[in-house]
Amino acid sequence: MSLDAHLVVRRGQFTVDVELSVPDGAVLGMLGPNGAGKTTALRALAGLEPLTDGHIVLDGVDVTATPPEERDVGVVFQDYLLFPHLTALDNVAYGLRARGVRKAAARADAAGWLDQVGLTDHAGHRPRQLSGGQAQRVALARALVARPRLLLLDEPLAALDAGTRLVLRTDLRRHLVSYGGPAVVVTHDAVEAMVLTDSLVVLEGGRIAQSGPPAEVARHPRTEYVARLLGLNFYRGAAHGDRVELKGGGELVLAEHASGEVHVAVRPSAVALHRDRPDHSSPRNVWAGRIAGVEAVGDRVRVAVTGPPDLLADVTTDAVADLELATGAEIWVSVKATEVTVYPV
Amino acid sequence: MTSGRPDGSPSLTAETAGGSPSLRRGRWLRPARQPEVLRSRPGHTGAPWPLAVPAVVAILFLVLPLVGLLIRAPWKELPTLLSDPTVREALRLSLVTATLATGVSLVIGVPLAWVLARVRFPGRSLLRALVILPLVLPPVVGGVALFLALGRRGLVGQYLDRWFGLTIPFTPFAVVLAETFVAMPFLIVTVEGALRAADIRYEEASATLGASRWTTFRRVTLPMIGPSVLAGSVLCWARALGEFGATITFAGNFPGRTQTMPIAVYIALENDPDAAIALSLVLLVVSVVILVSLRDRVLRAGTGS
Repeated sequence: MSLDAHLVVRRGQFTVDVELSVPDGAVLGMLGPNGAGKTTALRALAGLEPLTDGHIVLDGVDVTATPPEERDVGVVFQDYLLFPHLTALDNVAYGLRARGVRKAAARADAAGWLDQVGLTDHAGHRPRQLSGGQAQRVALARALVARPRLLLLDEPLAALDAGTRLVLRTDLRRHLVSYGGPAVVVTHDAVEAMVLTDSLVVLEGGRIAQSGPPAEVARHPRTEYVARLLGLNFYRGAAHGDRVELKGGGELVLAEHASGEVHVAVRPSAVALHRDRPDHSSPRNVWAGRIAGVEAVGDRVRVAVTGPPDLLADVTTDAVADLELATGAEIWVSVKATEVTVYPV
Repeated sequence: MTSGRPDGSPSLTAETAGGSPSLRRGRWLRPARQPEVLRSRPGHTGAPWPLAVPAVVAILFLVLPLVGLLIRAPWKELPTLLSDPTVREALRLSLVTATLATGVSLVIGVPLAWVLARVRFPGRSLLRALVILPLVLPPVVGGVALFLALGRRGLVGQYLDRWFGLTIPFTPFAVVLAETFVAMPFLIVTVEGALRAADIRYEEASATLGASRWTTFRRVTLPMIGPSVLAGSVLCWARALGEFGATITFAGNFPGRTQTMPIAVYIALENDPDAAIALSLVLLVVSVVILVSLRDRVLRAGTGS
């Protein structure tokens, strides 16, 4: 299973023109500001928006002209769109019933999926009796139940509160991995993009402004939007108390306690750079590095520092001059413990 | 359309409801969600007299005839009057034909509502106007039109007569057709409004799950607009039950065959006023029952709360 698409959708003055290629088992993140054409691209992939030009090939089969009901594409909509008159179980079973599976068999299969997303106890509940997180999981199960050839998720976690989002993000990653087919996730959220996706395309004005692996895109943001959105230092490591030992080397001190495998994020704007070792005590993470690159993005300058740990820092143009930042130069990095955010894996 | 009427004038009725018994329970004139404007201005409850006086006149005008009907009703003879075979035949015929007319409207009207709401084609506005026309057309004209189309010499009727030996006018079937002609627009307009208001993305979600458009209609669209279909059906049934002009023109007045309740009332008024009042009471009771049922279930559910 794989997706290969060239989507051209013309709507008045606005044209979406996007080329996508997603291999099996890979998750493509689609980012972009509002009105960039993300949702239009997703709807085009689902068959809900006709293409003006281009093609969509799934598994080597051209489905460009195939109506949505025959396309075998699973969609998790932004506000889930669970059918309000059906129970959670019947919502999940719907895709099988619509394809002619008998009621008992469809329900048995759907019950298995509800079990996988941990909602067996809520099988008989109507959507309005479900919490946002539960509804999201029902929507995911409903999209996956007929084993689609392509999975599309439109801001799957956007409607959730922060706490729920944390848990569901991890769950979602697990489900995306076990799904095995190509998946496209529209997102606004940097952490989501980092955790869920294998590669990113950034849409702006209906076109791809940038694409590549998430870390790569974050390191070399080509537009201000990308820099702002993906300006995130993202690490994985093992936490012991208030310390995290990072996979790529180095250690970070936290303001809170954590344990086990974690993701750690630091905003580039929270990083301070110094020519000499800072001696004031409040920033608890201090290390020396070498400047790997300096890129101006809008009114900020993004500095890439080789560690360990490697990181990105956003500084003002004045600071660049003051610090005499040049590729290869040695630099001291400091980050306050309170600026280090931890996410469980 | 369904919620339009009860939305009408909540502030005035709340003011003056105390005076007339039938309006004291202002509840059904209040929509499910009361307009915030009215609540947020607690100081503005008194109506100025140029509004209050005509409003009271209007209420009297609407209520007095009903009071007259109730006061003049021959309550003691009521059982005798209503057990008269002619009356019972008329009642039975009315109930059966109104129900059949509603059934026909559902079978052909709901699909038309769907087409009007969901399919883009040239002349759609014109078609919608034609659909609504019977709502404003004098029913008698509708009856004449039906006669010209389906009568024995009519546009289509002549062939029905010649090829199949079918004669429609002055039969119970003609009653059903006349009632359908007049009442179906109520159902179509209600259902079309609901279809337009319904979130089309649920239908898209259904499509991505592999459902054909027909499956989507049956399993998603219809259940979601169910309350409005019910509301439209009740309105349609009520209108069919009260149909007079088109029916008497196209179906005539044959007791037991085409004489429905409203026609029976009209005829009885000439030679047996008490019977007319009794029949009117029956229709009044039916109407009140319909209003109450609309208020309790259909209207509230239909407004989407």
